[in-house]
Amino acid sequence: MNFRFSDEQRMIFDTASAFLAEVSDSAATRAAMASDAGFNPDVWQRLCNEMFWQGLLIPEDEGGLELGHVEMVGVLEKAGERLFSAPLYSTVLATTLLLRMPASDTRSALLARILAGEQVAVAHTRGDRDWATGGITASVTQDRVTLKGSSRFVSFGHSAEVLLICAHDNEQQLNVYGLEREHPGLCCERLATMDQTRAMAQLTLSDVTVEPSACLGTDVEHVVEDVLNVARILVAADQVGGAQAALDISVDYVKERQQFGRTIASYQAIKHKAADMMTKVEGARSLLYYAACIADEWRAGYADSATLAEAAAMVSASAGEAYFFNAGTGIQLHGGVGITEEYDIQLYFKRARATESYLGSPADHREHIARLLLDGD
Amino acid sequence: MELRFTQADELFRAEVADWLSANLAGEFEKIRYRGGPGDEHHFVEERKAWEQRLAEGGWTCIGWPEAWGGRGASIEQQVIFNEEYARAGGPGRVGHIGETLTGPTLLAFGTEAQKSRYLPGIRAGQELWCQGYSEPGAGSDLSSVRTRAEFDEASGRWRINGQKVWTSLAHESQFVFVLARTNPDEKAHKGLGFFLVPMDQPGITIRPIPQLTGTSEFNEVFFDDAYCDASDIVGEPGDGWKVAMGLLGFERGVSTLGQQMLFQTELDEIVRIAKSNGAAQDPALRQRIAEAHIGLRTLRYNSLRMLSDNADDGSLSRESMIYKLAWSSWHRNLGKLAMDVLGPEAELLEAAPYELSKLQSLFLFTRADTIYGGTNQIQRNIIAERALGMPREPRGEAR
Repeated sequence: MNFRFSDEQRMIFDTASAFLAEVSDSAATRAAMASDAGFNPDVWQRLCNEMFWQGLLIPEDEGGLELGHVEMVGVLEKAGERLFSAPLYSTVLATTLLLRMPASDTRSALLARILAGEQVAVAHTRGDRDWATGGITASVTQDRVTLKGSSRFVSFGHSAEVLLICAHDNEQQLNVYGLEREHPGLCCERLATMDQTRAMAQLTLSDVTVEPSACLGTDVEHVVEDVLNVARILVAADQVGGAQAALDISVDYVKERQQFGRTIASYQAIKHKAADMMTKVEGARSLLYYAACIADEWRAGYADSATLAEAAAMVSASAGEAYFFNAGTGIQLHGGVGITEEYDIQLYFKRARATESYLGSPADHREHIARLLLDGD
Repeated sequence: MELRFTQADELFRAEVADWLSANLAGEFEKIRYRGGPGDEHHFVEERKAWEQRLAEGGWTCIGWPEAWGGRGASIEQQVIFNEEYARAGGPGRVGHIGETLTGPTLLAFGTEAQKSRYLPGIRAGQELWCQGYSEPGAGSDLSSVRTRAEFDEASGRWRINGQKVWTSLAHESQFVFVLARTNPDEKAHKGLGFFLVPMDQPGITIRPIPQLTGTSEFNEVFFDDAYCDASDIVGEPGDGWKVAMGLLGFERGVSTLGQQMLFQTELDEIVRIAKSNGAAQDPALRQRIAEAHIGLRTLRYNSLRMLSDNADDGSLSRESMIYKLAWSSWHRNLGKLAMDVLGPEAELLEAAPYELSKLQSLFLFTRADTIYGGTNQIQRNIIAERALGMPREPRGEAR
């Protein structure tokens, strides 16, 4: 039993911190989120060339680094600290899904494009709390497939070169199709959202016809559910990072702010709020590292889907609430300036809310746990 | 990061489990799951006998160096022992103060003579210890102790006068360690000494404190011209605070996983009741039960981080600093959850005049969890000041 990072892992995270400090400070985040694409393409290319995070989970025989979810989660935690506005999570999600599809030349070609810095996004939900039901139907005939419908909350779908689309076929089986963004009839546009640091798109398909070879996997509903549970752990990493940053910037602020002749950080009313914030984020972090280990065990075949789902539900409930608590309390600790556009705490607050409901609310996740504990005998 | 224990550790686990299942039987069957917090006053004689059985098997003080009768067990092995002990329903240890507080203090700060005098009795499970820290006027502000220790030139011994409070197992213990003021002209954490005092003497009076549970495992201990030998001070006069704080630092988390096993049995019982009485259908209670489950797992992985991060470094890691606040709040909430799952039934006692059920005892006694060992408010101060670097609030003048 050893629940600490190795020296190599620490080095990866330190490198990540340094890179993100350079490319994702407050000004860079604000510029990226306000741009049409919601990210800076130069930064993305640098990330792909210098950091190679897009290849972190990809096996060596496909040209990747073949590292684990512990490393991935650590990097995403750093990204969350910095409100990183880039298609990193979306690409990792697509990679995770692709790696669970049967090996094929099409799959290898897509992985190679990801390694080269192209973006791939996943359309998996209508955004109605049914996370693995794409809202898209596939009419399958002998020689072609017709895709129809729409899907929302496609993370960085508008800038992706390729979309992985989860669609139910005539047999009500869930299949995954890979489509080029230029494919006739495919429209994917950025949604106007309250949190602007994690751009979301809506995909609309109006009678799009594709070759059967576009199908990457058939009858993969359970696979998609597993992948979405990994996705929840990845999002939780962002949340833990954000919750930590919300605490850090709030503590920095209250140490500076003077009222009644002394720094307000010396008042217990302030200190106890900060202590509660730290307790929340450290608890979520403990669950996060457990969940990351489970994701690695799942990938290696040692942990089953139920174990993965339980870990994902626990960390999602915990990290989602911790982030919202810390960002909300952070605004309170900032006082009046907390609600201004100028201070970054409001950006964390918005990202906290967005991530909290993105793949299910904390209440949904607790209900998942309640079913495990209380239903059946 | 590795969630699993090594094969060698798993073999050790099997050895512990086998020994416990063979020995925690027969005459000791009735003390399984007894004598924990809130229940410390029960089956004391049987638990004293059990302490000696443990000692005979070599299962007391396993983390101590082999030279002093321990096993030099690794952190992992100590965790495993505590887990298996809890899993087997091992009773609350009457020797835990000596093993986990007195022993490590003497190993760190004691003289060879003190170690030779006191460690073997603890290791053998024959000499029990209680602690003399808190006073009526020195609770959260422990440094304001007023108990006095004066060196009596005539007898060549230390003479102690004052009062300690919240001392559990005082009646059963042979010794008490006492934080007392050696220099009345110095205030707060200065001028204190750390003393090893025999309990069986005319100068010591014990008075039980009746608690809200109707029981009294805590006591007041009065010192009226109590004595200990000149050699029974740990460190020098004036070192008391350093020794006492070092002692608090010995809690590195090895017992936390065992403690969590007991919490798990409590949660399991609440889940069982919820499924049988319909509470499991209540959406609000479902959320709270799930939250309790998530909270307990959070404590577990927090402890694993603590054990890994603290192993080779004297300073406390961030997750260690939040642990007391986290577990005590969780446990107190669990007590209330138990009552809410029981509903109106929660009111009914096991028997008149005031025999509580296990869950009622949990509910009432967990109110103490967020108070003893540093209240939640003190914990938040510690977190804010030590982990977050926030300045101390101006203090009143020390007495």
